[in-house]
Amino acid sequence: MHKAKTQFDPAVKDKQEQRTLFQQAVRQFKHNKMAVAGLIIILILLAIIIATVVIDIVTDQSFYNEHVIKQDLSLRLAKPSAEHIFGCDEYGRDLFLRIIWGTRLSLTIGIAAIFLSVIIGAPFGIIAGYYGKTTDNIIMRFMDVLLSVPYILLAMAIVAALGKSTINLLIALSVSGIAKYARIARASVMVVKDNEYVEAARAMGANDFTIMFKYILPNALAPILVQLSLGIGDSILAVAGLSFLGLGVQYPQAEWGAILTAARTYMLQAWHVSIFPGIALIISVIAFNLFGDGLRDALDPKLKR
Amino acid sequence: MARYIIKRILLAIPVLIGATFLVFTILFFTPSDPARMILGSSATEEAIEAMNEELGINDPFFVRYFNYMKGLVQGDMGRSYRNNSSVSETIAGRLGNTLILASAGMLFAIIIGIPVGILSAVKQYSKIDNATMFITLFLTAVPTFWYALILVIIFALKLHWLPASGMGVGLVPLLKSLILPTITLGSGYAAMIARTTRSSVLEVIRQDYIDTARAKGVSEKTVIWKHMLKNALIPIVTVVGLNFGSLLGGSVLTETIFSWPGVGRYVVDSISYRDTNAVLGSVVTLTILFTIVNLAVDIIYALIDPRIKSQYAVKRRKKHAQSENAV
Repeated sequence: MHKAKTQFDPAVKDKQEQRTLFQQAVRQFKHNKMAVAGLIIILILLAIIIATVVIDIVTDQSFYNEHVIKQDLSLRLAKPSAEHIFGCDEYGRDLFLRIIWGTRLSLTIGIAAIFLSVIIGAPFGIIAGYYGKTTDNIIMRFMDVLLSVPYILLAMAIVAALGKSTINLLIALSVSGIAKYARIARASVMVVKDNEYVEAARAMGANDFTIMFKYILPNALAPILVQLSLGIGDSILAVAGLSFLGLGVQYPQAEWGAILTAARTYMLQAWHVSIFPGIALIISVIAFNLFGDGLRDALDPKLKR
Repeated sequence: MARYIIKRILLAIPVLIGATFLVFTILFFTPSDPARMILGSSATEEAIEAMNEELGINDPFFVRYFNYMKGLVQGDMGRSYRNNSSVSETIAGRLGNTLILASAGMLFAIIIGIPVGILSAVKQYSKIDNATMFITLFLTAVPTFWYALILVIIFALKLHWLPASGMGVGLVPLLKSLILPTITLGSGYAAMIARTTRSSVLEVIRQDYIDTARAKGVSEKTVIWKHMLKNALIPIVTVVGLNFGSLLGGSVLTETIFSWPGVGRYVVDSISYRDTNAVLGSVVTLTILFTIVNLAVDIIYALIDPRIKSQYAVKRRKKHAQSENAV
């Protein structure tokens, strides 16, 4: 009886229909346990980053300099113990603290690079998709050229030209990712641009810029966001990879890839220096991949039943 | 078919020219003093000036690009600033090693990835499927270089089964030295292929023609390998082709870790020495390789997808009809 009531109660039906697309996506996302797990890990990582920033500001970097940078050769390559749960690195620095502080650079560069790629790439894609014809041809042929150079190699060439530093690594990865997001934005705009509301906006006298960025972009955003979140994992790996090759974050800053470079020399005497930064990387990348998968399933209309 | 292939090749040429221009422009801004690198710090100003003139460093940008391209089409990529050796010859000597490693990695990934993906799809939601999905999720998240370190620690340093680095001479030592780099390079790629194969087979598996084939009494083996896989293959080929670029990127890391004498390691070494010509030559070479693989993927599409083939066939028929009408 109760069941029948909820099914035929018009109030309940109304409520279901009133749910916005965003609320629907949130509901769908919540049902995906793996994606929620990913999100929780991401929030924890974010909390770690904020905590390290706060500690650095409050202690005026003295904690950072004392524990993360300062060397103590008596503890060189010390094995994990109660005092240093992950052991110490080749300069006797606590590995746990270096990994915790490394979170900031390892993750933020990767994430920031993707966001910059989208911010620069997406407008090109939107303009190409909206105007079509010659504009589209010129922009997309340029993007083809960018895409024809393998991602990591393009980033390496840019680092070679600019010099090795954290900022240059960020620039290199951002530029290398532009073409991918321009393509996605273009495809997504082409799906949306023939809708009635776009025509309505045009009839009301809206100019191209308003139409593109106020009416089309919000409706074309979902695929871009999905690809953005799915790309973060690869971007984090690229940061670690280039830092590992010595082309990214430089000594003595704490970054997971850079810690692993040093670990390589001592891998036989001290396995722990190789293991822990790698596990930190894997957990972060899996978290972002799960989150991205969940977001795709929640936002992709094809998969909705 | 031939028209399609020719069209693809013609489309690739401007992209390649654009790519060389892009990489040349980026590296043009590298702050380096090649003449001093070649002649050493004791060289006189006049000698350096003369060397700069010889190298064409003082020429304007477009003249330098034009000269570079003129050399490139003749297979000349200039001289290394580090040791004055010919960049083309160095790369020619190393490209084979990169190709051996890249093909081994790709082969490993395909041989493991496709069957695992099919098995996972056919036995959807079984224990095998869940285990595969978990392992592939893990493998796509593992950093290549970390994975390599762990493999080296276990199989080379602890168990002494395989060499930790270098490239063996002779067939057996070569294969032995190839095992760890291949696994390093191919695992993530295999995971990606397995995941794509699974979802692609799952899409095909519920189609009516699969039921028809089964109802006809075709053996399950034939159903899977002939009816399912052939139709599920296009997304798989796309993933294999598109990710060949990241395979080449991965080979840069793999070659560096295993001291594999390939082009990837040459790039990394050359960047440290600010050897711009060598960096430029290597990146251009690997970009050409990437473009050729993408071209091959486009051609394979046409071979496995009759729709693409017929598109071109129809066009010709239409043209034929038009010309007949005109007559």
